[in-house]
Amino acid sequence: MRIAVCIKQVPDTAEVRINRETGTLVREGVPSIINPYDTHAIEAALSLKEKLGGTVCTVTMGPPQAEASLREAVSLGVDEVFLVTGREFAGADTLATACALSGVIKKIGADLIICGKQAIDGDTAQVGPEVAEFLDIPHVSYVKKIIEATPESIRVERMMDDGSDIVEASLPALITVVRELNTPRLPSLKGKMNAKKAEIKKMGAAELGLPLEVVGFNGSPTQVKKIFTPGPRGGRKKFEGSLEEQIDALVNELVEKKCL
Amino acid sequence: MPLKIDKTKCMGCGACITVCPYDAIVMEDGVARIGEYCQLCQACLSSCPEGAIMEKKDEQVAPVEDMADWKGVWVFAEQRDGRIAPVAFELLGEGRKLAAARGAELCAVLFGAAKSEAQELVKWGADRVYYCGDPIFQGFTDEPNAELLSRLISKYRPEVVLAGATAIGRSFLPRVAARLKTGLTADCTSLEIEAETGNLIQTRPAYGGNIMASILSPRTRPQMATVRPKVMKAGRYEPDRQGEIIEVDAEGIRARTKVLETMKAQDDGVNVNLQEADVIISGGRGVKGKEGFEMLKELAQLLNGTIGASRAAVDEGWIPYCHQVGQTGKTVCPKLYIACGISGAVQHLVGMQSSDVIIAINKNPEAPIFSAATYGLVGDLNEIIPLLVKKLRERKDGK
Ligand SMILES: Cc1cc2nc3c(=O)[nH]c(=O)nc-3n(C[C@H](O)[C@H](O)[C@H](O)COP(=O)(O)OP(=O)(O)OC[C@H]3O[C@@H](n4cnc5c(N)ncnc54)[C@H](O)[C@@H]3O)c2cc1C
Ligand SMILES: Nc1ncnc2c1ncn2[C@@H]1O[C@H](COP(=O)(O)O)[C@@H](O)[C@H]1O
Repeated sequence: MRIAVCIKQVPDTAEVRINRETGTLVREGVPSIINPYDTHAIEAALSLKEKLGGTVCTVTMGPPQAEASLREAVSLGVDEVFLVTGREFAGADTLATACALSGVIKKIGADLIICGKQAIDGDTAQVGPEVAEFLDIPHVSYVKKIIEATPESIRVERMMDDGSDIVEASLPALITVVRELNTPRLPSLKGKMNAKKAEIKKMGAAELGLPLEVVGFNGSPTQVKKIFTPGPRGGRKKFEGSLEEQIDALVNELVEKKCL
Repeated sequence: MPLKIDKTKCMGCGACITVCPYDAIVMEDGVARIGEYCQLCQACLSSCPEGAIMEKKDEQVAPVEDMADWKGVWVFAEQRDGRIAPVAFELLGEGRKLAAARGAELCAVLFGAAKSEAQELVKWGADRVYYCGDPIFQGFTDEPNAELLSRLISKYRPEVVLAGATAIGRSFLPRVAARLKTGLTADCTSLEIEAETGNLIQTRPAYGGNIMASILSPRTRPQMATVRPKVMKAGRYEPDRQGEIIEVDAEGIRARTKVLETMKAQDDGVNVNLQEADVIISGGRGVKGKEGFEMLKELAQLLNGTIGASRAAVDEGWIPYCHQVGQTGKTVCPKLYIACGISGAVQHLVGMQSSDVIIAINKNPEAPIFSAATYGLVGDLNEIIPLLVKKLRERKDGK
């Protein structure tokens, strides 16, 4: 089986701070990481390969620095890595991203495509299903367990808001995965050596046969009009007195606010 | 839109370099220059004290010509097990305002429930309902929903299409957007019509809720958005309201996925659909164990609420993952959120900070959760919660 994993390099949002005075993001010294969900996607692909044989490749679209995340993927055991990069891809929204990623996947071929549920910078969770639509293949979102995979089909458990479903999809298919699925492995020493010398296959729109109107800013229907920081919450109230008095005051407030 | 820096205005202060998430801005000869790594995220726009960073308007692609043909606001009414999800009524409430601002109709789309449910959508405010009762919609699969909704949109051309930002809406709506090659904004918390252009201003949290972004889709139609449950207010229910039901068929619609089994998560009778809960009592590492959560459940029962948890509590195995709130769990927005023994790490805050009223109970007065809270109680939760339960009981019995 040939498995393609889409990974995104993202700023570690846990480290992002807001400058309350200027209302802006402070990115100084914030490290870039592989989107945490995507590390579970890589793990799922590697363990399927161990069971079924085949190859695992990893695809990312991003600036040249995104190469680092692909090398990290190699250190974990990924066989082949592809970097979609070039000025023409800048400013891509989810549609233009999905267009570019599906372009690569068409070129390199895959029976199963695994994406993270969402990227922690944009949090949209849209790229996976959009890639599936561009490729005209079925998809299953929020997979928390892979029950069975054969060359023809895959059976998974997916999370829903009020429980979960067991779903079967014919292959080729795309799944997006949640963190419950597995525990990602650490790189091996040999993997780290491989990562250093791994060949990163770079592709631009021309190599993918994609017209410039469909990628990057030009291919993006959505545009960011404004970015702002949510205002601080007003009205925090502390209560005075003994614990009992405080709780009485709280209950009264809640009654007044019609919370009870 | 591409960005440029007005060299005559730039003072070389470097504020933009600090905020750029992609390290795309460099300083050259004392002025900033936007380099090739720019992803056009616009984070730098508001950072410049001189207002030197601007959008290059001239490079904007011309709008499509038939834009004016697209009219009306549509709400995809999600159903589970034949019951319409409450977020559909909220969207009809919001959709009515948008439709009024555009002088247009408000329609709903319902796939799979009984036909009588379509009438309910009329009573909640829809002027017209496109309804399909085909059994293919019984268990949720993405392709049939995407296929039929795309067909209807192409045929009737609504200007705006909204769905709940639920597991279902967020899974299949991207397929519709990809098929129609239009914009989709995920997980919106506010919608507004831009008066001059009629564009829909879609506001959503990003970077784990650290920033808000307002998004437009000015060049394509329809403008599509998924909207968080519990954020919009449902309209008025009018039992006598009349509207049109248009039945559509699902001819030729296929599904390459099949739902084999559906399991409802019932955790000791506690509802796990946190996104629809009005009251959530959430526990963290400070709750100290399974028994602690039993105490929270008692409080939850009294308030008709459900149980949430921080990742630390889930990792300890005190409560299943389906209760986890935060960046890697669920995003919730109840009327009342009580955080018990939770420190308030940013990954937790992003999942609950838009709740109406937040109460923090923590013995450490410095805990960051207090800065997100409406009310704070500093003290041991093992004293506070039983006392709170007692007071609430007394109040209940007294009435
Ligand atoms: C990529 C990533 C994703 C993450 N996603 C999430 C997520 O989705 N959700 C999430 O919650 N976390 C998430 N985390 C983890 C997060 O950073 C914190 O580690 C976690 O939220 C801490 O949980 P806590 O507040 O329960 O525990 P702690 O930080 O240990 O806090 C416990 C609190 O309880 C108080 N306390 C102790 N005893 C008592 C008592 N008797 N009475 C009153 N108060 C008491 C203490 O003062 C303390 O403030 C994520 C982390 C990463 C890196
Ligand atoms: N630029 C990208 N390159 C590769 N994969 C991506 C990219 N953007 C998104 N993805 C994939 O799509 C998933 C969902 O991303 P998003 O829709 O941005 O939340 C991620 O977890 C990745 O698997």
